[in-house]
Amino acid sequence: MTVLRKSRAALGVGLAVALLATGCGGSDAGDDGTITLDVGLFGTFGFEEAGLYDEYMELHPEIRIEETSVERSADYYRTLQTRLAANSGLADIQGIEIGFVADLVANHADAFVDFAALDGADEVLSGFYDWKVEPATSEDGRVIGLGTDAGPEAMCYRRDLFEQAGLPTDRAELSALWADWDGYLEVGRRYAAAPGRAEGTSFVDSPASIFSAAVYQGEYAYADEDGQPIPETSDGVQAAWADASTAAEEGLTAGLTQFGDEWNSAFANGGFATVACPAWMLGYITSQAGDGAAGLWDVAALPGGSTNWGGSWLGVPESAENREEAVALVQWLTAPEQQIKMFTREAHFPSSQVAAEDPAVSGAVNDYFNGAPVGEIFGQSAASLQFTPISRYDTQIQEAFSSALTNVATQGTSPDDAFDDAMAEIDDIVG
Amino acid sequence: MTIASDEPQVASIAAPSAPPGPARRPSRLTRNRWGYAYVAPFFVLFACFSLYPFLYTAWISLHDVDLGDVDGAQWVGLANYGELLTSEFFWNAARNTLTIGVLSTVPQLAMALGLAHLLNYSLRGRTFFRVAMLLPYATSIAAATLVFGQLFGRDYGLINAGLEAVGFDRVDWEGGTWSSQLAISVIVIWRWTGYNALIYLAAMQAIPEDLYEAATLDGASRWKQFLHVTIPGLRPTILFTIVVSTIGAVQLFGEPLLFSGNGTTNGGSSNQYQTLGLLMYDQGWTNFHLGQAAATAWAMFLIILVVVGAWALLARRRARAER
Repeated sequence: MTVLRKSRAALGVGLAVALLATGCGGSDAGDDGTITLDVGLFGTFGFEEAGLYDEYMELHPEIRIEETSVERSADYYRTLQTRLAANSGLADIQGIEIGFVADLVANHADAFVDFAALDGADEVLSGFYDWKVEPATSEDGRVIGLGTDAGPEAMCYRRDLFEQAGLPTDRAELSALWADWDGYLEVGRRYAAAPGRAEGTSFVDSPASIFSAAVYQGEYAYADEDGQPIPETSDGVQAAWADASTAAEEGLTAGLTQFGDEWNSAFANGGFATVACPAWMLGYITSQAGDGAAGLWDVAALPGGSTNWGGSWLGVPESAENREEAVALVQWLTAPEQQIKMFTREAHFPSSQVAAEDPAVSGAVNDYFNGAPVGEIFGQSAASLQFTPISRYDTQIQEAFSSALTNVATQGTSPDDAFDDAMAEIDDIVG
Repeated sequence: MTIASDEPQVASIAAPSAPPGPARRPSRLTRNRWGYAYVAPFFVLFACFSLYPFLYTAWISLHDVDLGDVDGAQWVGLANYGELLTSEFFWNAARNTLTIGVLSTVPQLAMALGLAHLLNYSLRGRTFFRVAMLLPYATSIAAATLVFGQLFGRDYGLINAGLEAVGFDRVDWEGGTWSSQLAISVIVIWRWTGYNALIYLAAMQAIPEDLYEAATLDGASRWKQFLHVTIPGLRPTILFTIVVSTIGAVQLFGEPLLFSGNGTTNGGSSNQYQTLGLLMYDQGWTNFHLGQAAATAWAMFLIILVVVGAWALLARRRARAER
């Protein structure tokens, strides 16, 4: 018996050591009564860079804000899911991206503080665009997060490449020429056939650029009102596939994979003349194309009406250690005044209608993009946006379609075969 | 080791004849308690971080589990395995894993053998060469793959620029099936050749010098010596490297994941370089089907068992035939 007890004790010690080694306990309450708020984010929310944390800590000396940021939202989401499943390790504030907001709303709405149930909620929520509040609202009316930025889309184009190809370069003229995607493809054909076209350049970066913008212009994109995937019957998919596969088949695209190395290099090397650009992509283009391309790019309206790509929310887990303080910080960070600062300092387009209509936003021009009135262009896009239902598989389904379109552009796959391939892949994804 | 070598015959004699006296067993345990204490940490950690996940994965593979709702798992028996066997994506990944495995392992081991043979001569700056060979192994997969991904770029990659300079057409390395698999194999070969060469080198130095002297006296050339003295002397080591490389090839994951360069997990636009490891990740963490992913993990484990078992059998038959 003694032996058994001893070996058990040894086992216990071993386990304790193992647990100590992996555990990460510790309390957030500082010695001097300060409260530390953990903010778990991904990508570039830019609050820290815009100095908003410092500003808030100055207003509230008892609060300290600590941000942890993961580069890729997909990695962030995987971690968030496992933490939600275990209901531990959650930060006081968690960033929520459009790519997975549908999943959280459908499966984890109860794990987040309901912003619709707070005092003065109506006033707060009415400041946002409807299409921003709706994706974060569960079936029983819980609002799991407040909107930060949004991604109303426009069409970015290279003035110099257009000029060489003998095409108009005026943004109003182009916006009229490509009022719909047929018009856009027609301009593309003119570009491809132009004798003066810069060698090695294509009209558009990728078929995905057309597809992902056009698909959300339909009444439905990938999902029905219940968040169930309906890729085969959706009007958005039908129309977007027709346009994008035509462009791919006719060789109007550079056949690049968006966000891949080659795509990044193509910005610097001027490999394509147009790319559908949500507001946040202006910053991306600026950093990839570099100072040498300043003034070469310009922004026109998106063919076929407005659409949104990307954007995030901030939510507070119900289990957050400092729930009250976290809610207050989220409300402050997403308030119109701060959204205006985020636009002027970090070029993040507001999801708050109040902020977007402020002259500081609506009157903004972008010098890098040849002085384009970006506040007005993206503001108009945002104002006329309609909410399209989304599912938890939107990102994955879009990826399947984009891959299939890449095969049409680069491997010579016929559009019909490619569509079947995409559907097979989607069946496997949705399971 | 003291535990095993202590009194092995006691157990084997005592067990069948008479049940051991109640006093006997505790005394052995007490006598060896320090031995158990010393090995305990390993086995505790092994149980926590290897055995438990291993068994839990098996359990998960028998359920329909969503990554977002692990508690809501539904028992489905062997359905996940059945689905796997009829899934074109599984067979595609299995095929890719096999071709990338052959493309990377065969040249890798052959080159390692050659390099080790060269380094076995007393070269000037031998240590430098040996360290240099191990450097790729010390480089992180992520860093190496990112660099190779850019080298193999279609429009702006260095390799295509070189091909064009000498009059060849550009190759869409990432887009094509064979080209992408070849490119990934190059990354694997680059990373592991030096490591295997050092293992071969160590084994070569254990081959007695007399054998070479005798062979020289018999008039055997260097090449004949390599074939008839070095290779037979290395046979157990070669088997070891083949087994390790096979396991590595079946589990290949980081290179195909990062080769696309944009964070997608589908292994190319037509899944042309999706390996089993990447398929598992894609199923579990991109598409949230944990049950399927677990079934794929177990399928990989079984494949490794079968392949390694086959190698071992082959080696044993070979050895017996020679005797």
